[in-house]
Amino acid sequence: MTVHLDHRGAPAEADRRPAGPPDRRQAWRSRLYRWDLKGSPYLYVFPFFGLFAVFGLFPLVYTAIISTTAWSPRKPGSEDVSVGLDNYGKLFADPNFHNALVNTFGIGIVSTVPQLLLALGIAHLLNYKLRGRLFLRMGVLLPYITSVAAVALIFNQIFARDYGLLNWFLQPFMDNPLDWRAEKWASWLAVSAMVTWHWTGYNALIYLAAMQTIPYELYESASIDGATRWQQFWHITIPSLRPTIIFTVIVSTIGALQLFAEPFLFDVTRNNNGGSERQFQTVVLYLYQQFWTNGRYGYGAAIAWTLFIVTVVIALVNFLLVRRIRSADD
Amino acid sequence: MRNSRIVASIAATALVLTACGSGDSGDSGVTTLTINVFGDSFSLKDNRTLYDEYEKSHKNVKIVENRSDFGTHHQNLQARLTAGSGAADLEVIEVGQVSGFIGQTDKFVNFKDKDVDTAQWTDSTVQRASSPDGKTLIGLPTDIGGLAMCYRTDLFAQAGLPTNRDEVSALWSSWDDYVDVGSRFVGKVPGVKWFDAGGHVFTGVLGNEKETYYNAKGDLIVEKNKAVKDAWDLTVKAIKAGQSAALAEFSTEWNTGFQKGQFATVTCPAWMMGYIQGNAPDTKGKWDIAKIPGGSGNWGGSYVTVPAQGKHIDAAVELAKWLTTPEQNVKLFKTIGNFPSQESTWSQPEVADFTSEFFSNAPAGKIYPESLENAPVQVVGPQSGVIGNTFAGALNSVEQGTDPGKAWDSAMSDIKSAAGEG
Repeated sequence: MTVHLDHRGAPAEADRRPAGPPDRRQAWRSRLYRWDLKGSPYLYVFPFFGLFAVFGLFPLVYTAIISTTAWSPRKPGSEDVSVGLDNYGKLFADPNFHNALVNTFGIGIVSTVPQLLLALGIAHLLNYKLRGRLFLRMGVLLPYITSVAAVALIFNQIFARDYGLLNWFLQPFMDNPLDWRAEKWASWLAVSAMVTWHWTGYNALIYLAAMQTIPYELYESASIDGATRWQQFWHITIPSLRPTIIFTVIVSTIGALQLFAEPFLFDVTRNNNGGSERQFQTVVLYLYQQFWTNGRYGYGAAIAWTLFIVTVVIALVNFLLVRRIRSADD
Repeated sequence: MRNSRIVASIAATALVLTACGSGDSGDSGVTTLTINVFGDSFSLKDNRTLYDEYEKSHKNVKIVENRSDFGTHHQNLQARLTAGSGAADLEVIEVGQVSGFIGQTDKFVNFKDKDVDTAQWTDSTVQRASSPDGKTLIGLPTDIGGLAMCYRTDLFAQAGLPTNRDEVSALWSSWDDYVDVGSRFVGKVPGVKWFDAGGHVFTGVLGNEKETYYNAKGDLIVEKNKAVKDAWDLTVKAIKAGQSAALAEFSTEWNTGFQKGQFATVTCPAWMMGYIQGNAPDTKGKWDIAKIPGGSGNWGGSYVTVPAQGKHIDAAVELAKWLTTPEQNVKLFKTIGNFPSQESTWSQPEVADFTSEFFSNAPAGKIYPESLENAPVQVVGPQSGVIGNTFAGALNSVEQGTDPGKAWDSAMSDIKSAAGEG
């Protein structure tokens, strides 16, 4: 006879009872108990995996299938025309896709770098004993909880060519008002300004939370040694924040690769061109244009998968970098 | 962190879904019909008398209108048709877009089976929303966009140009003349350009052509069509002469342009009258309407469709038929400016004698029929809408300083990838 052990390693109840006619109710209860023990964890994690299967895995696989077709809703019967990997071949030779990649990385750098630096500075200031500190800390989160559409509405006014706020300030220094959507750099700046505005406060709060875990004694002894506040920031705060900084860099990078809402809302072309000459068309906006505006489901799906792979590769590179930095720590 | 956006949108979708699921028909027996539009098809933002009237005569029907902008509207419709759910009971489709939906006739109710008198419209109007074999009609024509030229009398006077509409019409018998007059205007009034956007002039010029992007057989001919290149060259000439205010069509800055008077003329389909009135009410009395250069043309107009996935198809068909009757179209013309698509209405005194107070009492009821009378029946193909927008963008890039030759080339390659292959 095998001995059933429960999770604490004790013999199961049924085995401990003196031998006799089996009590069916007891047996049923113990079976229920075992099911509960073995089954419940799966039940608890099911909502995530269930949702993931429906909203994550299935779209992923289905998109991959679509990307091998020439499907366009405007062409009857095109759904079942398989073209193999043709869409990917076309995509790699597509200058508009290259342009979208450059724009995405460009805007990513122009928005992420100042955003994280600013967040670091703001977090540092918020870490001081200030009057109304809670109010200020909540205040930096305001742009984050504002919807991107509302932010874009305001920024479209600020960056307007003819009656824009910014051009009004620049008036004394320029002959002609600057058309922010016409030049690549100007449009990148405008889009980046929106992204930076939206995410700086959020990152600042993450930094602030990490800063509060740094022991106060470190600062105390440093100031006894005569370190200025700047030296304290540079030699105590920054090194202690390193894991947090790495985290925000990775998350911001992935976010930047998927940038869509800001350039989409800044755009005034009627075919989601991201500027009259695709000055600020990001990869996702290009995907959107090909998929929805031009009705090229197959090609759009190929862009989506390519972007997915690019994101995974960059996340892996980030991960390797993180490991190296960590090991330097030890 | 940006995943939060996705989560939020899923949550929002879920909310919408539950809302759709529960709100359809209550216990009281009232059917709620939803109608998705992209502009002032049947109502103004503060005026839904047409719907109210229908609800009054049909006590068991409640109409809910959802508006979104032009691009979003048609993209959402396509998405919902592909997905097989989520479309409204009635969906409006613009004439440039309708050809993109012709290939999906199974997704719409066929009005040929619904006892509709198609003889009230011209053959070409009906044909545009029909399958090639003519057996399926997916939409009923609402309005039609005859072309005219709206102009600012105050700015014309400042520039020393005539302000009387007949004299103004006489200034431009062709689009070349229009650009020449533009050169006379430019520089006379500081800060004011001749027209709003190159894309609109381009559309207007092509309004006189039968075949533009596609030929009657359905082949893409845009690159070798001389009419298209001529329209492009003329527009580029006007842009280079500094006549364009370079305001992207339907953008906020374009709206501001109307309000601040940044341009003196605008290519003016009938529905544009409503747009200007709603958008720049303070300019009342400063506008007038002259004939379109070339004398004729059509731009825009819409169809109302009933997606087959709807739950209240019969009620929706009834409403669609009612909304597109001559009586309602005449009412809409008087309140919004959308010109009726039934030729029979054009001679009715209510239409023919209509003058618009906003536009200095211009006889809109006479101007638009004249423009439509000689208007060619334009051939449209599945990607006509996309191609038109591509040209508008390319001309905007010329306005921003791009070399016209380069802009043409990139427009051609964009068109080829969007329409040439699929």
